[in-house]
Amino acid sequence: MELICPAGTPASLEAAVEAGADAIYCGFRDETNARNFPGLNFSREELRKGIAFAHRHGVKVLVAINTFARAGSFGLWQSAVDDAAAAGADALILADLATLAYAARRHPAQRLHVSVQAGVANPDAIRFYAESFGARRVVLPRVLSVMEIASIVRESACETEVFVFGGLCVMEEGRCSLSSYATGQSPNMNGVCSPASHVAYSERDGRIQSTLGGFTINSFGKGEPAGYPTLCKGRFATPKGSGYIFEEPVSLDAAVMLPALRDAGVTALKIEGRQRGRAYIAGVVRSFRDILTGLEEGRSARTPSLAALAEGQASTVGAYRKGWR
Amino acid sequence: MSDPQTTGLPANVPVLPPWLARAVAPLPLAPLQPALALMLSRIGQAHPDLYDRLGEHAEKRFGIDPTDLPFAFVLEPKPHRPLARAVRDLPVGLDASIRGPLAGLIGMAEGTLDGDALFFSRVLWIEGDVAAALALRNAVDDARIDFGRILLGGLGPLGETVAQELRRRMRLQPAAGERTWN
Repeated sequence: MELICPAGTPASLEAAVEAGADAIYCGFRDETNARNFPGLNFSREELRKGIAFAHRHGVKVLVAINTFARAGSFGLWQSAVDDAAAAGADALILADLATLAYAARRHPAQRLHVSVQAGVANPDAIRFYAESFGARRVVLPRVLSVMEIASIVRESACETEVFVFGGLCVMEEGRCSLSSYATGQSPNMNGVCSPASHVAYSERDGRIQSTLGGFTINSFGKGEPAGYPTLCKGRFATPKGSGYIFEEPVSLDAAVMLPALRDAGVTALKIEGRQRGRAYIAGVVRSFRDILTGLEEGRSARTPSLAALAEGQASTVGAYRKGWR
Repeated sequence: MSDPQTTGLPANVPVLPPWLARAVAPLPLAPLQPALALMLSRIGQAHPDLYDRLGEHAEKRFGIDPTDLPFAFVLEPKPHRPLARAVRDLPVGLDASIRGPLAGLIGMAEGTLDGDALFFSRVLWIEGDVAAALALRNAVDDARIDFGRILLGGLGPLGETVAQELRRRMRLQPAAGERTWN
């Protein structure tokens, strides 16, 4: 299985390469990619140099142009596709149908992957993307069990890629506009969920309060691990007590599921976190490289827990193991 | 239980001993100002891309508050006239402030500790314009700034040795033979 690793900056790209990535995914410094955060992402020149660096080390670079093209501004997405192809990208990760159609028509030799933002979660949908645009790989949303993934793999000719570590998205990716109700911006259209420009932290009565767009999302007592104020991870106060309704502030860590994912026929494992620093990327990539090497050699690798790097300092295997079904 | 020193995890970030804070508290801040100006100048020369990555946030005023020291810093990373000064207390009206133990702040700035994880574990604390703070963190993370080398570089090999020793004492760098993530 390939290890697909995030990079939000050129320094992170080099850190991921050195830590053992098989491929890096990254995006341009604009709203064409779903991690359009302040201080992140690549200029055209940085991407060209980053791809050259990765290729010298035998590592591929996949360029995420995975937001949905806005009416009247399609040129931004078209130029992103053209520039990524010209820079030597090994694959483009796309979600929008028009962007996929443009890339397939304009760059027929370019390898195309379907982004998780497309929310492709069944064999018929995968067949549509493969037959219509020649898509070679689909990144599956984080709502499927391992059994469901195995079923999809059996019925599809397309490669599959799944997330194994990092921030969790409780809603089906590409179809969640929750963030826009509080901030006017969403990951699908603007490349950012719960944008930092709308986030505030304050201290009140010894507790830390996090707000998004003026709405209180959570509060943390002294010593309690904190989380980013994503709307779906809000804590609700009710007459019967307070708690999380949609999702707790925890991160995905599916390291223990790797043998099952391999047996299910998954092609590639993806680490989330283009918005994280070099220390996170180097640490997580090296840990998963060790696990994968151990798996290939038929032994289990002992690696340090990554919970301290996770949001809320806690992790889950998410939907891969749906015990409640 | 894994040792944070060997994994890069942010748990148990060391805090400077209170006696050290008490010892340096009476000292005047004036001698720090030229060192800060020199550091900013060297960073600007060595990492011009940093300002490009900061974008609109380069015009903002940041407070950097090492909670285990009796003084803090105000940073204005303007591309043409960057300013940094040491202050006893952070003034009001800053765009964003980042507070935490000195080892956490340096570890994050040098990319040996993950800033998000430091925040999730409540080691670091951000106030004000979160987007500006993130832009600064991301720009500095990409620049791969070696603060020890910049501050002590003028001392040659001696400065490098001192920087390494300081980093080791602050547990930002493993001793010889120890495994590290970075």
